Amino acid sequence: MKVIHYIQTILLSIYRLTQGMYITMLNMMRPKVTEQYPENRGKKEYGERFRGLLVMPHDAENHHTCTACGICALNCPNGTIRVISRKETDPVTGKEKKVLDKYMYDLGSCIFCGLCTGSCPQEAITWTNQFEHAVFTREKLEMQLNKEIKKQEVKKQE
Amino acid sequence: MLDFSNVTNWIDTTLHRYLSDGWALATEFVLIALMLLIAYAILALVLIYMERKVCAFFQCRIGPNRVGKWGLLQSVADMVKILLKELVHINRADHFLFRVASFVVIIGSICTFGALPFAKGLQAIDFNVGVFYLLAVSSVGVVGILLAGWSSNSKYTMIGAMRSGAQLISYEISAGLSVLAVVILAGTMQVSEIVALQTDRWFIFQGHIPACIAFLTYLIAGHAETNRGPFDLPEAESELTAGYHTEYSGIQFGFFYLAEYMNMFIIAAIGSTLFLGGWMPLHIPGWESFNHVMDLVPSFIWFFGKTFFCIFLALWVRWSFPRLRIDQLLSLEWKVLMPICLVNLVLMSLVVIF
Amino acid sequence: MGTMKNKLATLGYGQIEEGKNGLTFTVPAEKSYETAHWLRFDEGFDYLFDLVGMDYGDRLGVIYYLSRSKDPATMLVLKTDTPDREKPELDSVHALWESANLYEREVYDFFGIIFLNHPDMRRIFLRADWKGHPLRKDYDTDPILNPVPQRNEFLSEMERVPSFTLQMGQEVEESHKLFGHDEYVVNFGPQHPAMHGVLHLRVSLDGEIIRKVDPNFGYIHRGIEKMCEGYTYPQILHLADRLDYLSGTINRHAVCLCCEQALGIQAPPRAQYVRTILDELTRIASHLLGWGCMCMDMGSITAFVYGMRDREKIMDIFEETAGGRLMVNYSVIGGLAQDIHPDFQRKVKEFIPYMRRMLREHHLLFTGNPIARGRMEGIGYLPEQEAISLGATGPSGRASGWHNDIRKIAPYAAYDKVDFEEVLRPGGLTFDRYIIRLDEIEESLRIIEQLIDSMPEGPYAEKTKAIIKLPEGEYLQRVENARGQFGVHITSRGGKTPFRVKFRSPSLVLVGALKAIAPKTKVADLIMLGASLDYVIPCIDR
Repeated sequence: MKVIHYIQTILLSIYRLTQGMYITMLNMMRPKVTEQYPENRGKKEYGERFRGLLVMPHDAENHHTCTACGICALNCPNGTIRVISRKETDPVTGKEKKVLDKYMYDLGSCIFCGLCTGSCPQEAITWTNQFEHAVFTREKLEMQLNKEIKKQEVKKQE
Repeated sequence: MLDFSNVTNWIDTTLHRYLSDGWALATEFVLIALMLLIAYAILALVLIYMERKVCAFFQCRIGPNRVGKWGLLQSVADMVKILLKELVHINRADHFLFRVASFVVIIGSICTFGALPFAKGLQAIDFNVGVFYLLAVSSVGVVGILLAGWSSNSKYTMIGAMRSGAQLISYEISAGLSVLAVVILAGTMQVSEIVALQTDRWFIFQGHIPACIAFLTYLIAGHAETNRGPFDLPEAESELTAGYHTEYSGIQFGFFYLAEYMNMFIIAAIGSTLFLGGWMPLHIPGWESFNHVMDLVPSFIWFFGKTFFCIFLALWVRWSFPRLRIDQLLSLEWKVLMPICLVNLVLMSLVVIF
Repeated sequence: MGTMKNKLATLGYGQIEEGKNGLTFTVPAEKSYETAHWLRFDEGFDYLFDLVGMDYGDRLGVIYYLSRSKDPATMLVLKTDTPDREKPELDSVHALWESANLYEREVYDFFGIIFLNHPDMRRIFLRADWKGHPLRKDYDTDPILNPVPQRNEFLSEMERVPSFTLQMGQEVEESHKLFGHDEYVVNFGPQHPAMHGVLHLRVSLDGEIIRKVDPNFGYIHRGIEKMCEGYTYPQILHLADRLDYLSGTINRHAVCLCCEQALGIQAPPRAQYVRTILDELTRIASHLLGWGCMCMDMGSITAFVYGMRDREKIMDIFEETAGGRLMVNYSVIGGLAQDIHPDFQRKVKEFIPYMRRMLREHHLLFTGNPIARGRMEGIGYLPEQEAISLGATGPSGRASGWHNDIRKIAPYAAYDKVDFEEVLRPGGLTFDRYIIRLDEIEESLRIIEQLIDSMPEGPYAEKTKAIIKLPEGEYLQRVENARGQFGVHITSRGGKTPFRVKFRSPSLVLVGALKAIAPKTKVADLIMLGASLDYVIPCIDR
C-alpha cells in the first residue's frame, strides 16, 4: 500500500507541476504588458486627473485669476508655495488691493496632496498630468507659475 | 553530411608537413584550447541573452530591448561592464583561496566543455571512458564553490557553500545513476560510440520507458547540479543575498556567472548526447527518404538544437517554480530520485537482456 | 455595558466615564497593574488593541485600549498616569498581553516612561544615544543636541538590553547581552533583498535552524505622529497615506472617519459607497502584492510579476478617478475630493471578471505547487490564543481562527449594506495565511460587485468649514486595512491642530508575531514567514 501511495504522490506532484508550467507557457503566449516608455510618449493615455504638476492657467491675453490671497500657501503642509504680492491702488474704485508679483512653486518639496487646488477660491491653480520632471539641478525645480507680462505688451496695452 | 573530420584532418596533415611531430601537436593543443575558449565565451553570452529573453516572455515582459536590435548586444554590454568593474578588496578574507575559487569553478566547466561532441568529427578528446570523464570533471566545480564560501569570511557565503556541498554531492548520485542506465544500454562509455549507436533510433526511443525515466531523472538531477532555480539554494537571493558569491565582484564574479550558465549548457549537452542522439539527425527506420532529408541538416545544428531544447526546458522549470527548502531538496534526492534511479537501472538491464 | 460599569464601580477606586468608544476607566498608577491583571484574567479582556503614550502637559500617562476576543465590539479604555516627569515609572503589562512588549518600548522611546519589570527596555525606533524623548511636550528640538550621527551604531549597543525592576522601593537597572558569545548571529537587513523595506533582523542560527530573532526598527522612522501635532487636520490626511503605502486609501479613510466622528457629521451615501469600493480595491492590490512578494520570497519571481501585472489594473483605475496611483489622496473630511470619473464604474466592472480569471491562474501556478505546499504546510504555527495576545490582527489573525474583522465587528462606511463573509481558517499555519489572502480577494470582489451598480446619486462631499477644529476630547476610529486593525487615536484640545495623534499600526505587532513563530524553523522559512505575515515597514516606523 505504501508503495502505491508513494507512486501516487509522485504522479500527483508531477501533474501539479505541469499545471504550473502550463500557466507560465500560457502567459508566454499572451501579449506583453511592458510599456515602451519613451517611444509611446503621446500615444499612451494618462489619467486626466493625474496630479503631475501644479500650473496656473492663463488665458489668451496672459491673464490669470489669482488674487494673491495666499490661502493655498497657508494650506500647503510643506511650504511649497510662496506668494509674493504688492499693494496696488485700483484707478477706478480707488481701493487698495493685492496684486500678484510672483507665484513661486517648489516642485522638489511638493507632495501632491491637492490641498492648494482644493482650497483656491478663484480656481486659479490646477493640476496637469505632465509627469516628466527630471532636471539636473535642484534650483530648476523652483518655478514661477504666473507668466510675467512683458514690457512691450504693457506698452501695447497702453 | 558535413563531416568536420575532413577539416581537422587537413589541419593536422598541414601542420605535420611543416613542423616536427611534437611542435605540431603543441600547436594543435593551443589551437583547440583557443577555439574552445572562444566558443565558451560566445555560448555563455548567447545563453545569458536567451535566459533573459525567455524569462521576460514567461513574465509577460519584453526583456532587454535597448542595446542593439531586440537587445541582442545586451549581454556583450554587460560583459564589458563586468570587465571594467573594480575588484572589491574583502577585509580578513583568505585572499589566496578567494581568488583561486573562481578559477576552480571555471576550469571544471571548461574541462567538461572540451569533451563534448559538437558535430560529426568535431570533438577535442574522445576517451574510452568519456562519460566517466564528463561526470568526474563536471563535479570539480563544487570544490570551487566551497572554497568561495569559506574564504569570503562572510556568514551568508558560508551557509550558501555548505548548502551547495550537500546539494551537489547528493545529486551527483542520481545524475550518475541515470547516465549509467544509458551506459548499460550502449555497452560503452566512449562518447563517439554512444552517438554512433544512435544512428537508427535515439536512445530515448531505443530504451523504452526506462530511458524516458532516466532522461527525466537526469534532467532533474543535472538541473540541481547547476545550482539554478528551483534548486538555487546556494544562491537563494531572497535568503542569502547571493549565497556563495556574495562577496565577489568584477570579473571574479563574472567567472561564477559564466560557469553557472555554461554548466547549464554542459548538462543539457550531455543530456542531448546521451539520450537524444547528440549530433545524430532524427532517423526513423524504414523511412528512407525522410532520413535523407534529415541528413541534409548539418550535424552541429542538430546538436545545438537539441541542447537548446533541453536548456529551454530548464529555463521553463526555473521560471515556474518556487525554490525548495534544504530538507525538501535532500528528501527529493534520497527518497525519490535515487530509489527511482536504482529501480530504473534494474529495468534497463532487463530491457537490454530481453 | 451596564454590568461592566457596576463591576468597575465595586473596585472602589478610579473614575468611570462613559464615552462613545465604551467605558473609560482611570486608575492611579500604583493600581494599574492590579486592574489590568483583573481585566485580563477575570474579565476576559484578552486583546490589547493599542497602548497610547500621552503627555498631558503636567502628567505623563498611558491609555490602554482593551477588547475581548469573544465580544470584540466592546472596548474598554484603561487610563493611568504619573505626575513624575523626571523619572516616570509605570508597571509593565507585557506579561498580560504579549503585544505590550513592543508598544511599551515605543512609549518608553517617545515619552521616557520606564516600564518596571519589562524585560527589554531598549529604545525601539531611535538610536540608543538619542537625547530626549521626542513626543514629550517639553522636548527640545535643537539640532545641536541630536546632530546627524557621523558613525554607525555599534551592534554591541543594540545588544545591550536594559531592564528595570523595583526592589525595596528603589529602581534597579539591570542589563544583559541579547546574544551569547558563541552564537552564530546573522544580520538580515536593513539592506537585504527579502526585507521589503528597511527592517533589521538579527538572527541567531544553529546550522540552518533559527534559535532567536531580534528585530531592530527605526531605519525609516519619520516621526509622523510628531509631525501631526503641527499640522491641521486636512494636512494630516496625506500623512496617513504614507504610513502603510499599500493600504494608504484605507488609512486615510480612518483619519477622515475619526475627524467626521468628532465633528458629528457623516459623509453622504455616495461618498461612503465610493470609499468602500476604493478600500476594497486597495485591499485587493495589497493582497496581490503580498501574494507576489510571498511567492518571490520563496523563489518564484514569475508569480511576483503576475501579481504586479494585475495590481497595475487597479493602479490605473485609481489614477483615472483620484489622480494618484500609490498616494491616492481621495477621501477628505466630509466626503471625497471630487466625484468619480465617468469611466470608473465601467473599468471596475471590467476588472472583476479579469481578476477572477487571474485568481484561478494564480491558484494553478502556485497554490497547487507541491514545492510550495511542502514549504508552507506545517510551518509557522500561530495558535489563536497567541495571535490574540500578540495582537496579530487581519488576515494573519484570521488564519488562526480569530474573528477580528472590523468590517464585521463595527461596520463603517457601506460595509453594513453588503453581504460578505469574513474568511476564517482554523489552521494557523503559513499555508492558511497564504490562502486566506487569495480568498479575501474573492470576497473583496464580491463586495465591489454588490456596490458598484447600486451607487446612490447625490453629493459627493459634505460641506465643512474652511478651518476644521475638532471639539475637545479623545477620539478613536478603527478600520480594517489590508494587514489588520488600523486605529487612529486623536486627542484634541479644541485647536486647529491635534494635541496628540497615535496610529495603531497592524504591522508592528506582526513583527512581534514573527519573533514568536520563527524559532525552530529554517533560514529559508524566516523569509517566508515574514512574507506570510505581510508587514509593511513604513507602517512600523511611523
